[in-house]
Amino acid sequence: MNDKATANKALILLHPSDNVLVATRSLSAGTTVTLGERSLVLPEPLAVGHKMARWDMTTGEKIVKYGAPIGSLLAPVAAGAWVHMHNMTSDYLASHTRRREGRAATSSASSTPTTASQESPS
Amino acid sequence: MSPTQQQAPLQGYLRQDGRKGIRNVVLVAYLVECAHHVSRKIVQHFDDLDVHLIGFPGCFPNDYASDMMKALCTHPNVGGVLLVSLGCESMDRDELREQIADSGRPVDLLVIQENGGTASTVARGIQSVGAMRDQMAQQTPVPMAMSELVVGTICGGSDGTSGITANPAVGRCFDHLVEDGAACMFEETGELIGCENIMAERAVTPELGQQIQDCVAKAERYYRTMGFGSFAPGNADGGLTTLEEKSMGAYSKSGASPISGLIKPGDTPPTGGLYLLDVVPDGEPRFGFPNIADNAEIVEMIASGCHLTLFTTGRGSVVGSAISPVIKVCANPETYEKLSGDMDINAGRILGGEASLDEVGEEIYRRVLAVASGERSLSEELGHQEFILTYKSFEPIGPACLPVRQV
Repeated sequence: MNDKATANKALILLHPSDNVLVATRSLSAGTTVTLGERSLVLPEPLAVGHKMARWDMTTGEKIVKYGAPIGSLLAPVAAGAWVHMHNMTSDYLASHTRRREGRAATSSASSTPTTASQESPS
Repeated sequence: MSPTQQQAPLQGYLRQDGRKGIRNVVLVAYLVECAHHVSRKIVQHFDDLDVHLIGFPGCFPNDYASDMMKALCTHPNVGGVLLVSLGCESMDRDELREQIADSGRPVDLLVIQENGGTASTVARGIQSVGAMRDQMAQQTPVPMAMSELVVGTICGGSDGTSGITANPAVGRCFDHLVEDGAACMFEETGELIGCENIMAERAVTPELGQQIQDCVAKAERYYRTMGFGSFAPGNADGGLTTLEEKSMGAYSKSGASPISGLIKPGDTPPTGGLYLLDVVPDGEPRFGFPNIADNAEIVEMIASGCHLTLFTTGRGSVVGSAISPVIKVCANPETYEKLSGDMDINAGRILGGEASLDEVGEEIYRRVLAVASGERSLSEELGHQEFILTYKSFEPIGPACLPVRQV
């Protein structure tokens, strides 16, 4: 659990086999976080409860949280990237949110980050 | 604690069927939406934390709704019932009245069309409820053992913190309660999609494990037909991306005890232990979404005997329930800051390292004991008495679902 003690415990590793970390408080873009030996700057805000890639990953890779697969990547992500609806999807019920259905015409990748940072100001 | 207190640390109202209630509530129950206003006027007159409004809005007959009304009106927390009928709806009011009377409870039935309309039915209803309260005030509580307690859990407004703080903390509390001999139940199989295999391994028999897997497969089929999983926009705002991610977090509410049985709404746990309540209807989807909002599930757990409900929330649900108190466990420290007047427990402290899961689990356990001993939960004190009952259809459970009953 090396990652747990980083960035004032702002990120938590729930299971040793997980490839994402969870924010324990809302972090703004530009926050420096340490992942093991590496330190990197958050490219975008990360609201409390949201997930961040633990290392670089490719399209189709399973996201593992609680030690269990919770879906697959739709796009490659770099370590430190926000992992959410814009770059991953369910392996069960893919079209499961009204939000995605309702906003299919707009880009969820551009609309969602704004919402997350507005709703959970740090 | 004295030995007597250890054996029976709680106090309850003894009912004829042997169950005990942690509250002594008068229900005013409308049997169709057309009788809702009259019923509400009667309840509002009393403005009493123990006079509750429930009802079924539909005019068409439905076996599930009838069974639920019977189970709710004869719930151990209920001491007396006033039924309010318009007169032409299809709910069998006489049978329901008989079932309640047979349970040893005071019951009255008012038919608006036969009582001179709104004003006079309200007046008579007020008289009736007043008389019932006087009669119920004579009842004195008796000692109640932990093995007589039934506790449910639900999550609502989940976010990325729910599965890290509040849900596993409730799981710890459940482990403690099950150890004490209490019956605990978790539910919403549509929010356990993805957990079916690990859940089946916890079943006390392989046959029950198979039933659990089948019931989650049924939920997935049902939600697929509906076109949506059980996943609201707020879940995504809070950091949850997929249904299986939400499921893993929700699943941790169940703790680590073996799963003793799979029941359906209205079935009561035959003994202590951990039970899964299957709330997704059987057969082809007929009446829409399995549960239109959290309170529909809370009502089903109450129909299965729950004395109180542990409600975990990340985004910040404020609801309570008619009949059985709701204890709020807030997962998200930012939400707690905003809504602390509604939240009984701040599990978000775990995120800041201010408390461990075990400590919060123990705090929830102590709160359960306090509320089961008569202290009001916050939502109860605030007067929250939400209630939802809609159309559904279920087949009875098979013998493999309750292995404990066969022993």
